[in-house]
Amino acid sequence: MLSKKQALLFFLGGTLLFSIIFIVMSIDTVSRGIPAHTHEENMTAQVIHGRVLWDENNCMGCHTLMGEGAYYAPELTKVYDRLGPDVMKAILTSKVPWAPNGRKMVAYGFSNEDAEGLIAFLKWTGEIDLNGYPATPPLKNKLK
Amino acid sequence: MKYKSQKVAYWAFALSMLLIILQITYGFIQAFAHLGYDGLHEWIPFNTSMAVHKNLLVVWILSGFMGAAYYIIPDESDNELYKPILAYIQLGALAVVGVIAVVGFHFNWWEGRKFLEIPRELDFLVVVDVLLFLFVILMTLWKGKQRTTTAMILSVGLLAAALLYLPGMIWFDNHALDSFFRWWVVHLWVEGVWELIMGGILAYLLIKLTGVDREVIEKWLYVIVGLTFLSGILGTGHHYYFTGAPSYWLIVGGIFSALEPLAFMGMALFAINMYNKGEKRHPNKVAVKWTLGTAIVSFAGAGLLGLAHTIPQVNLYTHGTFVTAMHGHLAFWGAYGMIVFAIITYVMPNVTGRKIYNNALGNYAFWISLIGMLGMVTAFGAMGVAQVTLERRLGLDFMTVQQELHSHFWVLVITASIFTTGILLYVWNFMKYGLPTDEAIGMEDEFKTI
Repeated sequence: MLSKKQALLFFLGGTLLFSIIFIVMSIDTVSRGIPAHTHEENMTAQVIHGRVLWDENNCMGCHTLMGEGAYYAPELTKVYDRLGPDVMKAILTSKVPWAPNGRKMVAYGFSNEDAEGLIAFLKWTGEIDLNGYPATPPLKNKLK
Repeated sequence: MKYKSQKVAYWAFALSMLLIILQITYGFIQAFAHLGYDGLHEWIPFNTSMAVHKNLLVVWILSGFMGAAYYIIPDESDNELYKPILAYIQLGALAVVGVIAVVGFHFNWWEGRKFLEIPRELDFLVVVDVLLFLFVILMTLWKGKQRTTTAMILSVGLLAAALLYLPGMIWFDNHALDSFFRWWVVHLWVEGVWELIMGGILAYLLIKLTGVDREVIEKWLYVIVGLTFLSGILGTGHHYYFTGAPSYWLIVGGIFSALEPLAFMGMALFAINMYNKGEKRHPNKVAVKWTLGTAIVSFAGAGLLGLAHTIPQVNLYTHGTFVTAMHGHLAFWGAYGMIVFAIITYVMPNVTGRKIYNNALGNYAFWISLIGMLGMVTAFGAMGVAQVTLERRLGLDFMTVQQELHSHFWVLVITASIFTTGILLYVWNFMKYGLPTDEAIGMEDEFKTI
């Protein structure tokens, strides 16, 4: 039967081993994987400005980006392809709440410069290699 | 209780009670906003109610853990708490920082990072506060007459939870890197070191409530926390499937996430077996219910409902939908909400000296909150499946689908009302115990008939 000491060794050994594997994988992901997948070379000052605004206004408190965030408002990873920069700019600079089907977005009334930063940021996220996410709806063609 | 300083625990628990009620209130604001009743939009837009709902959850659970430590560590180390005044200051400061953070969320003062919305300036205060907490706990252990496995596991868990907060405080220009390290905090907390804390509290409760030999309980505690880390560390990979990280995380995350329920199953079997072995003569039967309840419900919520969507082929469609909310609610409630309620239920008669355990109110609170939460999870599950089918599989527009989910949201509101009733009964019972008193010192022996 397992002794308490053996149980302790199982805990310490397993934790140490899997922590090391995790850290090695993380180093590879951070140094090589994410920069390549996100095309870090395209992260201009404008993209970073948009990223700061994304963070400051807690956009993921309503939206999802790369599938992460809240489920109150649409997923925005591919929003640049879906709406295009002109519609996005109209929404971001609007002084009255944008409310498709009655669900309100905060009327941020961003300046032109800020709106362009956010649009650049969302264009950049749309180009990230997300391992196939978001998937093309598999049953869409069967509806017709 | 054995020591006067254990009374600090009461105040930590009282803070938890207050914050859970606020958390639930904001949850209702969110549910009604989803249904189109967003009259508070001007003052409390959805991202504010979301940040409040999530952060209050984290704070009330941490406050519960702190209370648990302030009660358990003196008992286990056979020693008064080291400078209890510091513990009172630390709890007061936690409450103040929490209030400032929540108020700030209403004035656009935050970081847009799910679960870690507290702004950077306040993060430093959180760090100082947690360091003070750890100082009191570790000094108590250091000066204590004994260092038990249970106390060590609990303390290591608390220390690691504090250390893991730090990667979440680094700024990254690259959003995907920010997301990567955000999960170092959130995942390695809830599917890692928080489970150590939970395991430590659970072991303590089982030792006290079942009377089974400490050596047996602590041996299995090692095995369970070992399984937790064996599966949970690389299980972090399930957050990296579709967030700009390499595809090897799909394989590694998929395999190790599938192993994660084993740790929770171990925890459930452990609690049930120890209960069966034990003498079942402890009079605080409601505490026994919460203790077994947390072990079983965490297996269902964190283990099985987690597995239901961490398979990469499934997650491709469920990622970022209400399926996640289904898992999240039962996992947090089962694993962390219920363990905090279990330790509170056990501690209250001991610090107040009032023997109102096993009363109708306490029993109703347990069953009504459990039934309410199971109903809520069913509602989230149903709306999640509907959303995945309509939006992700058939490709309908986001808002069109949202309007189709209204009936599920009404079920959510009804079941959440049942849950809230249970919680309010619990809080009422909590208040009936009254304040902690020195007269309760030494009365614990009277309570334990085993």
